[in-house]
Amino acid sequence: MLFGVPVVQIVLFGFALTNEIKNSNIVIVDNAKDMASQQIINKLASTDYFIIHKELLSSNQIDASFKSGDIKLAIVFPLNFNEDLTHTNHAQIQVIADASDPNTGTTLTNYVTGIVADYNAQFNKDIEIPYQINQEVRMLYNPDLKGAPNFVPGVIAMVMLLVCVMMTSISIVREKELGTMEVLLVSPFKPILVIFAKAIPYLALSIINLTIILILSVFALDLPIKGSIVLLYAVSILFIITCLSLGLLVSTGASTQQGAMTLSLVGMMLPTLMLSGYMFPIENMPMPLQILSNIVPAKWFYITIKDIMLKGLGVRFIWKEILILFGMTVFFLFLSLKNFKKRLE
Amino acid sequence: METETVIKTKDLTKRFENFVAVDKISFEVKKGEIFGFLGANGAGKTTAMRMLCGLSRPTSGEAIVAGIDVYHQPEKIKRNIGYMSQKFSLYEDLTVLENIKFYAGIYGLTDKQIKDKSDELVQKLGLQNQIKILVKSLPLGWRQKLAFSVAIVHQPKIVFLDEPTGGVDPATRKQFWDMIYDAAEQGITIFVTTHYLDEAEYCDRVCIMVDGRIEALDTPYQLKKSFNVDNITEVFYQLARKAKRAGD
Amino acid sequence: MRVLKFLLQKEFRQIFRDKNMIRMMFMVPIIQLLILPQAANYTIRNINVAIVDLDRSDYSNKFTNKVLSSGYFKLTAFTPSYQEAYALIEKDKADIVLEIPQGFERNLTRENKQKFSLDINAINGVKAAVGYGYLSNIIQDFNNQIRLEWIQPTSLNPIPNIEVTSSNWYNPNLSYYLFMVPGVLVLLVTLIGGNMTALNIVKEKEIGTIEQINVTPIKKYHFILGKLIPFWCLGVIIFTIGLLIARIVYGIIPLGSVALLYLFLSVYLIAIVGFGLLISTYSETQQQAQSLTFFFIQIFNLMGGLFTPIDSMPVWAKVITKVIPISYFIDVMRMIVIKGSQFHDVLHHILIVFAMGVILNTWAILNYRKTT
Repeated sequence: MLFGVPVVQIVLFGFALTNEIKNSNIVIVDNAKDMASQQIINKLASTDYFIIHKELLSSNQIDASFKSGDIKLAIVFPLNFNEDLTHTNHAQIQVIADASDPNTGTTLTNYVTGIVADYNAQFNKDIEIPYQINQEVRMLYNPDLKGAPNFVPGVIAMVMLLVCVMMTSISIVREKELGTMEVLLVSPFKPILVIFAKAIPYLALSIINLTIILILSVFALDLPIKGSIVLLYAVSILFIITCLSLGLLVSTGASTQQGAMTLSLVGMMLPTLMLSGYMFPIENMPMPLQILSNIVPAKWFYITIKDIMLKGLGVRFIWKEILILFGMTVFFLFLSLKNFKKRLE
Repeated sequence: METETVIKTKDLTKRFENFVAVDKISFEVKKGEIFGFLGANGAGKTTAMRMLCGLSRPTSGEAIVAGIDVYHQPEKIKRNIGYMSQKFSLYEDLTVLENIKFYAGIYGLTDKQIKDKSDELVQKLGLQNQIKILVKSLPLGWRQKLAFSVAIVHQPKIVFLDEPTGGVDPATRKQFWDMIYDAAEQGITIFVTTHYLDEAEYCDRVCIMVDGRIEALDTPYQLKKSFNVDNITEVFYQLARKAKRAGD
Repeated sequence: MRVLKFLLQKEFRQIFRDKNMIRMMFMVPIIQLLILPQAANYTIRNINVAIVDLDRSDYSNKFTNKVLSSGYFKLTAFTPSYQEAYALIEKDKADIVLEIPQGFERNLTRENKQKFSLDINAINGVKAAVGYGYLSNIIQDFNNQIRLEWIQPTSLNPIPNIEVTSSNWYNPNLSYYLFMVPGVLVLLVTLIGGNMTALNIVKEKEIGTIEQINVTPIKKYHFILGKLIPFWCLGVIIFTIGLLIARIVYGIIPLGSVALLYLFLSVYLIAIVGFGLLISTYSETQQQAQSLTFFFIQIFNLMGGLFTPIDSMPVWAKVITKVIPISYFIDVMRMIVIKGSQFHDVLHHILIVFAMGVILNTWAILNYRKTT
């Protein structure tokens, strides 16, 4: 139970967390109450982005709405909206965003602007606007702007880390605590085989976890696997081995199961959560943190997973990351072996 | 001379799922007695004691401690009893004086009583120079004696001692038993469990438990006589040979 | 209540003598508040754009300069070929590729319309949408500029045009520190209140001093209060330290009433310390307690609306957010600090968390047995 639960947790979070912005409650102050304003309001209501919570009587009530908590945006239509539009060809809509969460504010404002522009465009269908620069936009890899493509690869990395680092190290340390490790070491089995035997079940478990997450993502979240599945598994197995060697390293550094758990959690999982790039954008961090993120194996894995799954790229593009992971694995194994030998003396 | 019965049990039993830890034990303890509970590890001594202290609810049977029914009113007993666990539960990060004052206060002594009692205890233990020392810095023997003193700080009718002399040298053990005699002289009944068989000689009466049952209950002298041996250890070995339950 | 006085005396003495705990109490908030908001900075800026300018005219240059001087974009490359630029997206060196067609300036005059192509890496949907929004505005601005230059302004616009004016309230600088720091502080207080309480009690269980307490006539509620009050106080201290750090390091001054913050904090701490108490009644060893708290802290961490918006979560996740106390405090902190919300705005949050506190503490009291 101790093992299954964290994994389930992480997977659940992968499916619950997204940085998409939708279902936001908004309020409208419709001073015009005419056809134009009504049509625009209908357009807004028919999208996933907004839930029209209330129509206020006056702009004075906007501050109170925001303060009461849930409202993210207010739209104000002026008194003679339709008239202005048809007679002077110019009308103004005021959009007020609660910018507590800056991205929400900006994104919602952009949504409204887009919808209004859409509405606006219907008047201009037959008129040719002079010197018009049109935009042809392609949203690559994730045209629906969903949150899953960003989060799920990160979830995969976290699960691998949890299983391979924390559980492996706890299991090895438990043998140390019970004293059975000593017994195994004096047995005719070479130490390498003992370690191997410890690691294999977690390797298998991780591959199973990976498969489950992939199946769930593809079928429940519509996540694509554009690139080669073989390459996906190959890189994942490499990362699993990296994590296993990290788990081994942790086990040489801890003498109690409690210590192994703490070291794994605080020393590995927390930095990974923070610095792998899926929860927080690395490019915004202060330089020291950005540099630190380079020693987090999950950061490199996250890049390769995205490249393979979402961009459909091949080895040509990810060889650098693969090499880095490989190097890290060798380094961890080397350190572990050194620590191990030291203990034996 | 008719002395008051302070503990009386009848068919007292504690069962954990399939395992009967204490199997229908019946005995009486008189006021001022030093009553010893002997047995191997796992024989059920500590479990029996915990029931008498109100720490564990009996599965069946009766137990009256200081005139109160343990089954129905465990909380009421607690004012009249003292307890010293195997781990000598003192607060290691508090000083000697702070520990004494804390427990005295918890048991409802007035401020004046607390002051008087603390002075008295410190004198008796000879810890005048150590009152401000944290308990964790006290050597084991001192901690034991302090724990015992704190257990009787409120002059309880009965004090329960669970393996109180574990881990100390024989000289310190002897000193500890002197303190026990002292307390018994003041009218406090002592109920002590131990797996040190030689300590049986210090008790007024000894009860030997094997596999959760009482296999022998008498004065040390009588036990040796009836088993025809010259020390309690022999008595115990003879009884233990019948034991089916392995120790911890 | 005399008994309580003795209990509290002992607790406070123990707490302030524990050097490790004191160190943690000061270091952990400082470090967390200094580092975490730096990491959790979701501001969209420094967007890498690769421009493929097939025109190389006066106006295409003007446009490029406009894009770069907006402050949102960084020019990663200025390549003559679309393929090269696209490869940059594949390598994550560019977020957007903008192609200006050949003959742009000339053809705009001749054919009256031209087309810019934008390819945007949309794996991070929000970044793509916001980045696109900025760029699109720049393009439209540029377009309007050209029209103004090239056309005689007439008194009436021939085309109906709806202008959208937007303003950002409460956080005009669009600072993520303002949004994150109050939330991180909540996380901190929760960790200390819940985790530390649980560990403290379980440690006593392990040493055996709980058994000693159980054998005394102390009532259950004495014991519970004896733990609740000290850790509640610790929570308030940590919160205060946090507020000071927010003020000194980040310049964050709550817009609303600080007294209201403390009121909510008091109610919240009762719930969280009660939660810690409850966990301790289900744990026999510190390791168990640690695992249990880790499980719940993970949930609080990620489902409290701290890093990702609750509005976008699926229904089943929203239900979870409604039953954990932390979501309410994160909400309240942000409401009061950033927007200046008042008592009536947060009353229902207070009531819900109060109810949670009652439930958790009652459950803990019922669970705690002096006689097993």
